[in-house]
Amino acid sequence: MVSVTDTTKLVPAIAGKRTRKGGPPGRRRTGRITPWLFLLVPLALLGVFTYLPAANMFMYSFTSWNGFEATPKQFVGLDNYASIFTRDDILPVFVVSLYYIAASFIQMALALYFATLLSFSTWFQNLFKGILFFPALINGVAIGFVFLYLFQPGGTLDSALGAVGLGDLTRHWLGDPDVVNYSLAATSVWRYTGLNFVLFLGAIQSIPKETYEAAEIDGANRWHQFRYIIAPSIKRIISLSFILAISGSLAVFEIPYIMTQGANGSMTFVIKTVTLGLGTFHKVGLASAMAVVLLLLVLLITWVQRRLVPDDKVDLS
Amino acid sequence: MTARVIFTVLKYLSLVVACVVTLLPLGVVLIASLKSGTEFATSGPFDLPANLFNVDNFVTAFVKGDMVQGLINTAFILVVSLAGTILVGTMTAYAIDRFTFRGKKIVVGLFLIATLVPGVTTQVATFQIVNNLGLFNTLAAPIVLFLGTDIVSIYIFVQFMSSIPKSLDEAAMLDGANRWTIYWRVVLPLLKPAIATVVIIRGIAIYNEFYIPFLYMPSAKLGTISTALFRFKGPFGAQWEVIAAGTILVIIPTLVLFLFLQKYIYNGFISGATK
Repeated sequence: MVSVTDTTKLVPAIAGKRTRKGGPPGRRRTGRITPWLFLLVPLALLGVFTYLPAANMFMYSFTSWNGFEATPKQFVGLDNYASIFTRDDILPVFVVSLYYIAASFIQMALALYFATLLSFSTWFQNLFKGILFFPALINGVAIGFVFLYLFQPGGTLDSALGAVGLGDLTRHWLGDPDVVNYSLAATSVWRYTGLNFVLFLGAIQSIPKETYEAAEIDGANRWHQFRYIIAPSIKRIISLSFILAISGSLAVFEIPYIMTQGANGSMTFVIKTVTLGLGTFHKVGLASAMAVVLLLLVLLITWVQRRLVPDDKVDLS
Repeated sequence: MTARVIFTVLKYLSLVVACVVTLLPLGVVLIASLKSGTEFATSGPFDLPANLFNVDNFVTAFVKGDMVQGLINTAFILVVSLAGTILVGTMTAYAIDRFTFRGKKIVVGLFLIATLVPGVTTQVATFQIVNNLGLFNTLAAPIVLFLGTDIVSIYIFVQFMSSIPKSLDEAAMLDGANRWTIYWRVVLPLLKPAIATVVIIRGIAIYNEFYIPFLYMPSAKLGTISTALFRFKGPFGAQWEVIAAGTILVIIPTLVLFLFLQKYIYNGFISGATK
């Protein structure tokens, strides 16, 4: 260790002697402060940008604050929470979430299918893996534009359908309220399947080869190998991805905001929250209540997942 | 035997279909980006451009679309945020992994719980804080937010640090090094693989981030790659070939990075997600 020898030159020998003896009381006090010196900046950032907003948000949610007055004044109790479940413009956003939740099931299934396929030896294995994964790396605005172009009337999708004789299926993919959420959810599947696929593939490939060999000797076919070897070993990553996918479905923002701004019936929970709280509506109180509800939903889902699939890995220290 | 053949055929068929579905949307955008305005208007999306090396749209996107400014701003935010993330993350991990102190459990708990709070939900309140700090419409806003809400990196550092033997610290301490020297000269250099992972996954995330710069830096001069591209919608609304060129311009750096660092990117995403 070069760095260790370096330090000997830098620090006076006397400091070393003190350490060896355990040090006088004064030194022990500095020892107690040292970890906090390292934690000073991280904890300040954590407090100011995670806990303070969460606490403020909770407080705002009980007021009718518009964000202009210096401080929220009017306490309105649970009115904002009641509004969430009664206002005509908010209730539909919960329904929109269902499209994305359904899409995340499809996404998981596709990812699992391709991860299983590519875990067996395949020609062009790395090429297939790279192509399937690449969308996960692409900028969200770029993806939004790619699919705006794909879905526009007379665009790629319509032309492709026409070319294979399915011209009758042509729709206003992003303009028709009955179709728009399917189109946007499909875009989301295109974007995120690759990430799940690589996570699953990584988990499958960490299974020792001998396990498969032993199973083959015992006469197991591909399905048996999937059912009894692959599936149990990737249970944890599947459940984790599932939670991320579902809480992600509730918090969908980028794709629909970039592509439709929530128009034509594609308004999502977060777009609504952001436009109410930070747009021209100045309903910070109501928007905060919505954010609290979303936060509680995400926490609930996480809690259920932890109960169903106990985390056998110990995190942090 | 025939079952094997059918299985193989289906396997490659589904892989090829998946690749077509993945690449086709990108391919047609690339085709569009190489066409001139009139050519775009008169040809179908699958018709190849007359001149495969027509870069006019790329020049327009780059110069008139504020992409240069966007690149500079993104690069600045990226470098400062990554340096900050590495410092903050490694210092936290060092304190948590190498010290025993009163209140440690609470500190660990605070970081743990923070992972459960999805950043997007608290934006309404975060906005007020950033505004009160006078950071609204400055490059500092995304930087402090990227630093303050990045818990995944801390996880990666803690996990990696616990695999570095403590005897190295102790040896340095016997040689008279103080805690800061140990952190700076012993632990930090040994964390290089973890730092590489964090740089890759956070770098890609920051490069792709749209929400935070969009919300906190509406000024035209403060565009990033994402928001500069988003603003193409207005002036170039009717010029799909220019929007297509801008889109391709944003994707190219990602593609290049991916081709060169594939292995590290896969590993980074795996350790980032399974933290």
